[in-house]
Amino acid sequence: MCEVGEDYRESAPGGPPLTRPGREQKCVKCKEGPPVVVIRAGDAFCRDCFKVFYVHKFRAMLGKNRLIFPGEKVLLAWSGGPSSSSMVWQVLEGLSRDSAKRLRFVPGVIYVDEGAACGRSPEDRARTLVEVEQVLQRVGFPSHVIALEEVFGLPPSVLRCFAQEPESVGTEGAYKAAVDSFLQQQCVLGAAGEEPWSQPRPQGPQSLAGPPTAVQTEALSGLFDSVKTLTAKEELLQTLRTHLILHVARTHGYSKVMAGDSCTRLAVKLMTSLALGRGAFLAWDTGFSDERHGDVVVVRPMREHTLKEVAFYNRLFAVPSVFTPAVDTKAPEKASIHRLMEAFLLRLQAQFPSTVSTVYRTSEKLVKAPRDGCAASPPGPRCLLCLCTLDVDSADSATAFGAQTSSHLCQMQAPGPQAEAGTPTTLCCCPGLGGAQGCCASPPWTPCRPTSWPRPSSAARGPGASRRSKRICWGTAMMRRCPVGAEVRALGPHPTRNGQARTGRLPVVVHMYK
Amino acid sequence: MGRWRRKSMGVSCELGFLNMAAPLSVEVEFGGGAELLFDGVKKHQVTLPGQEEPCKALGARNHLDLTLICSVPSSPGDIRNLLVWIKKNLLKERPELFIQGDSVRPGILVLINDADWELLGELDYQLQDQDSILFISTLHGG
Repeated sequence: MCEVGEDYRESAPGGPPLTRPGREQKCVKCKEGPPVVVIRAGDAFCRDCFKVFYVHKFRAMLGKNRLIFPGEKVLLAWSGGPSSSSMVWQVLEGLSRDSAKRLRFVPGVIYVDEGAACGRSPEDRARTLVEVEQVLQRVGFPSHVIALEEVFGLPPSVLRCFAQEPESVGTEGAYKAAVDSFLQQQCVLGAAGEEPWSQPRPQGPQSLAGPPTAVQTEALSGLFDSVKTLTAKEELLQTLRTHLILHVARTHGYSKVMAGDSCTRLAVKLMTSLALGRGAFLAWDTGFSDERHGDVVVVRPMREHTLKEVAFYNRLFAVPSVFTPAVDTKAPEKASIHRLMEAFLLRLQAQFPSTVSTVYRTSEKLVKAPRDGCAASPPGPRCLLCLCTLDVDSADSATAFGAQTSSHLCQMQAPGPQAEAGTPTTLCCCPGLGGAQGCCASPPWTPCRPTSWPRPSSAARGPGASRRSKRICWGTAMMRRCPVGAEVRALGPHPTRNGQARTGRLPVVVHMYK
Repeated sequence: MGRWRRKSMGVSCELGFLNMAAPLSVEVEFGGGAELLFDGVKKHQVTLPGQEEPCKALGARNHLDLTLICSVPSSPGDIRNLLVWIKKNLLKERPELFIQGDSVRPGILVLINDADWELLGELDYQLQDQDSILFISTLHGG
């Protein structure tokens, strides 16, 4: 199908002639209504059948995985874009159905304002927030509108994987028992005239705090400006956003986060992750559930909906969404690996309509198995940023990765003790934090393991480099190798909301991209 | 289409004229972020001019053989022409983000009167007066 050197700008190289359905045909489902949309290759659906098909896919995805228990608090990550808006709308409609088929969890919505990372002016951001709050009022769930600048205030505990509680593991028996007891409870309370889980609406948006200060915004803009490549910027944004959302979920007692990744986006993500060296973590990055964070599980109920279906549904059924420019808006095709993969897949999809679904089906087959020989042993050290189990093989001394990463870290390491005070090089033992925060009390990672990689001498390498090189996975290490500009020291002591300086609280996530 | 033959000195040729097409008024709308390429304006009322296309002489191989070929006109009222018109008159920046070749960039959906353009012949669909064409970019957001 794909050949090296093939130019996709030319017309299709003799692929099978696609038979396009015409308007004179009827809906393939009900055989009566006029078709309005073509799904897959050649299946034309009418408006009503399309709605049934779309909603059924969403409900079936939730139902067959049986991870969300009745009465559980679920945080919906809404970016304003079409997929997440559609997801929020599906949850809204699912909660208002008749009781037999009603969704049974308790939702909340979170919106992260990323304007500072995209270089938007405060007026633009304020205008977008007004639209966001209008939509959130309409939806009526408890909502949290926070700015990405809040990431500077995250405690270092966000980088720790909390142990998963045994009850939260979704076994078949446990799920059924939970549903039965919930239904019994509902009958009892229904007889008494109460609904135990319904939300007192409307609650409206709850901002965590006031708008971010100019100092924080400037710090965040400076951080993103110092990252030279768009690929690294997108990865950094994703990491920061994920940690922020998880922190809000933990603070407010949500045990699940719903992300609106669609089938097309996940196919692009799968290919991009392969290019970025995250092949070992594809099952977590693109699967239905992502349990790497321990106590909060990220689920992706929209993963079977293509972007075309989402766009059509939103248009035909007037789903509100808010368009916000992102870091990659108007970026040319080769600006980043993400853009390149997206263009590649979509162009291939135009000629071969089963491309995206083939990639998706491949991602479904990926399992989250431990590495060979590690099944019985306790889980190994985790990457500092993405919290996946480290994929670097200490026994493999033949790869260039170890040598390159070590030497690169050696070059970046600031020499001399005076640099140590200003730039924390260790992971969470930042000066000013110490053990009072409990961050070093029980490290989630094992101490340094000896490796047989050829490395510069420890004197030249500087302290902390060896620990840092073993604390991040390949993908994160590749992103760190992107040329960087300003260093952390240039940002000065990290600012708080009221403008007072707090030294040493800059979380490690920011350090790792410097 | 009017047509006549002329035979003179062994040269035969055919000339034809297209009838003047009535101007079409359609509503063009952009969504999903595509409006950024059009100064942020989502809805445009577009009047496509009717066109007359005379045939052009492409050349003679020798004095005895003058071949006149009518350039095959693309019908003025199809989506292909609309895209050309949009590129020339509405698109403010970065044409490669909207148009690729003679079609839209992969990832941009086209709805004609709220129906998939794949059902209506895609680029060859003949526009009717008061049609509504919607271009939704799926390349943005999630």
